[in-house]
Amino acid sequence: MKLKSRHLLGLRGMPPEDIRLILDTAGSFREVLDRPIKKVPPLQGKTIANMFFENSTRTRLSFELAERRLSADVLGFQSGGSSVSKGESLKDTARNIEAMKVDMVVMRHWASGAPHYLSGVIEAAVINAGDGAHEHPTQALLDLFTIQEKFKKVEGLHICLVGDILHSRVARSNIYGLKSLGAKVSVCGPATMIPRGLEQLGVDVYHHLDDVIPSVDVLNVLRIQLERDAGRFFPSLREYHQTYGVTLRRLSRAERPVTIMHPGPINRDVELSADVADGEHSVILRQVLNGVAVRMAVLYLLATGN
Amino acid sequence: MNIERASNLILRNVRIVDPLSGVDKITSIHIVDGSIKAIGSSLSAAKGAVVRECEGMVAAPGFFDMHVHLREPGFEHKETVETGCMSAAAGGFTGVSCMPNTNPAIDDESVVRMIRAKARDAVGGLVDVHPIAAVSLGRKGERLAPLAELAAAGAVAFTDDGDPVHDAEIMRRALEYASMFNKPIIQHAQDMPMTRGGVMNEGFCSTELGLPGMPGAAEDVVIARDITLSGYTGGQYHVAHMSTGGAVELIRMAKSRGLRVTCEVTPHHFVLTDDAVRTFDTNTKMNPPLRSADDVAAILAGLKDGTIDVIATDHAPHSYDEKQVEYQAAPFGIIGLETAIGLTMTALVHKKVITIERMVQLLSVNPRAILHLPEIRVTEGSMANLTLFHPDEQWVVDPSRFYSRSRNTPFGGSSLKGRPVGAINNGVVFFHPHSAAS
Ligand SMILES: [Zn+2]
Repeated sequence: MKLKSRHLLGLRGMPPEDIRLILDTAGSFREVLDRPIKKVPPLQGKTIANMFFENSTRTRLSFELAERRLSADVLGFQSGGSSVSKGESLKDTARNIEAMKVDMVVMRHWASGAPHYLSGVIEAAVINAGDGAHEHPTQALLDLFTIQEKFKKVEGLHICLVGDILHSRVARSNIYGLKSLGAKVSVCGPATMIPRGLEQLGVDVYHHLDDVIPSVDVLNVLRIQLERDAGRFFPSLREYHQTYGVTLRRLSRAERPVTIMHPGPINRDVELSADVADGEHSVILRQVLNGVAVRMAVLYLLATGN
Repeated sequence: MNIERASNLILRNVRIVDPLSGVDKITSIHIVDGSIKAIGSSLSAAKGAVVRECEGMVAAPGFFDMHVHLREPGFEHKETVETGCMSAAAGGFTGVSCMPNTNPAIDDESVVRMIRAKARDAVGGLVDVHPIAAVSLGRKGERLAPLAELAAAGAVAFTDDGDPVHDAEIMRRALEYASMFNKPIIQHAQDMPMTRGGVMNEGFCSTELGLPGMPGAAEDVVIARDITLSGYTGGQYHVAHMSTGGAVELIRMAKSRGLRVTCEVTPHHFVLTDDAVRTFDTNTKMNPPLRSADDVAAILAGLKDGTIDVIATDHAPHSYDEKQVEYQAAPFGIIGLETAIGLTMTALVHKKVITIERMVQLLSVNPRAILHLPEIRVTEGSMANLTLFHPDEQWVVDPSRFYSRSRNTPFGGSSLKGRPVGAINNGVVFFHPHSAAS
């Protein structure tokens, strides 16, 4: 079995059978992670470059662990913040990667489309580890995997993404992946953080959590960028928490238990109250563990498929 | 660039389209020492004349692009007065107005004089360059530039283009002050706080691509305010590169009220939509951005019903390396001089949105009228200021053959119908070597 594409740039337009192949493959690797010896040999002799143009400890560590578990040779690059860099052009970056003769590039970039550009100019396979507010396909795949693990299916479930949809690559990739596998998808957030025309993607838009909680199976709660957003997109963190904070009291209105997800890192008592984040229906730590298995699956399928 | 003197030249069997004279006929033109000596169908016997067969071609009063960034002084690696004039002539333009976002800005008469002097030396002086100077000192939007001095040195209008005149008080005073010597204020209409960080049109595409959006409303609110100020002051106001359906509506309303308000659109805004950004090709990034299909439909309607006065290119050269970066980091702008006729013919005339006569008004008659430049006619005794183009020639855009110093166009590889053949002005003639018809 092979994926249709040489690269993993996003979930928009990815055929459902490819998504299922990745999830099934991740299932096998998930078992490997429960063994005492967690290292397997399939990527021996392959070199993978992790190019991170935006700070991200979690995603970088998850990819690195996945690569080492598959016995790949790993080299890393990280450059600071999210401001517009005026130094090295993407073209030069691509040439340098090419000169190092790597087999795969994992790229995190503050600019939407940067991995797409890269995939057009280098030979190596490119995995998008998050580009701007565009896509974060491996995060969505691990979210799908976690939902499937819990419910044994995705089709027919109602998943609501909560919070800042406008700036969220996690939301976009989740919408594509969930819709592709037949889930019902809603978003809930302040009107200032719902991007124009979102409903054209086939999602229902809510502005009041209490309206959507009774019918959902999963709330996937997104992170708020405290510095950037308070005062422009909503008045204050206090008001945000009062309106969109997921609390036990709010969840008590649901007829069935609501599964809680979060891509991390959590702003406790802003998006989620601590008792919900650590509560019995939270699968947030499962997401972290499953993330390694899903990334192993993606790396394996792209490395062996080409 | 291969230019010749227009000392004794016959354009045979050419279709003259001259809206000001009400002429649309196939005939021959005899040009002697840069002037039109005779027009008629039996000129072929003129002694010593170079005869050029022009069957199927159109000769129109010279096209004028009122929105060109020549980049000199300050950004000569992108374009110079000379290469910009070459690009203009190759695109069939005999005149351009250049924008003041240079370094230093065109906010001092010395810069106006320098640009005009360089233009006289470029391409044998074929292309008339009429600089447009800054509204405010340094284009900072704080204090008025010396508008009267700039006008006396040859500036034909004022704009802070590249940036809007954001302050309503500065705009009001500029309209009042410039009206003393009958010059228009040209606005790059963009509300800055509403577009902070934006790189493309805000809409479904920007939502999918996760790129920061610039809403069309950010253009409309500035135009609405400025129309009010134009009405209040009586000043002449012109909207540069208008891109939204809302703006078309506002201009239509202002004209129906008899205000001194005009506008221009660029070919890329009536040919492409924001869907083109899906490739992340930085040559789809310009300001204002490519808009929605609804906006394009409204612009086509405005071109058809006369709401829109001018087609201008917003020719904005950038070097190759400057565009080879992340979409969000790339500079705004594309070049347009050498594709304007092809795009206008292909998207407007051949699709029957407008006639060739109306195209000549949009590209020649109206921009000159707005800038109060002399009328150009294709009549016996007039100076020969002509654009020659072939309305039906098929060609494929190859940016590597452009005369511009830059190559930043999204139209490379596009197949167009309609191509510039030549330009004649100030006693000089250029025939495009790439055109099969020449
Ligand atoms: Zn402009």
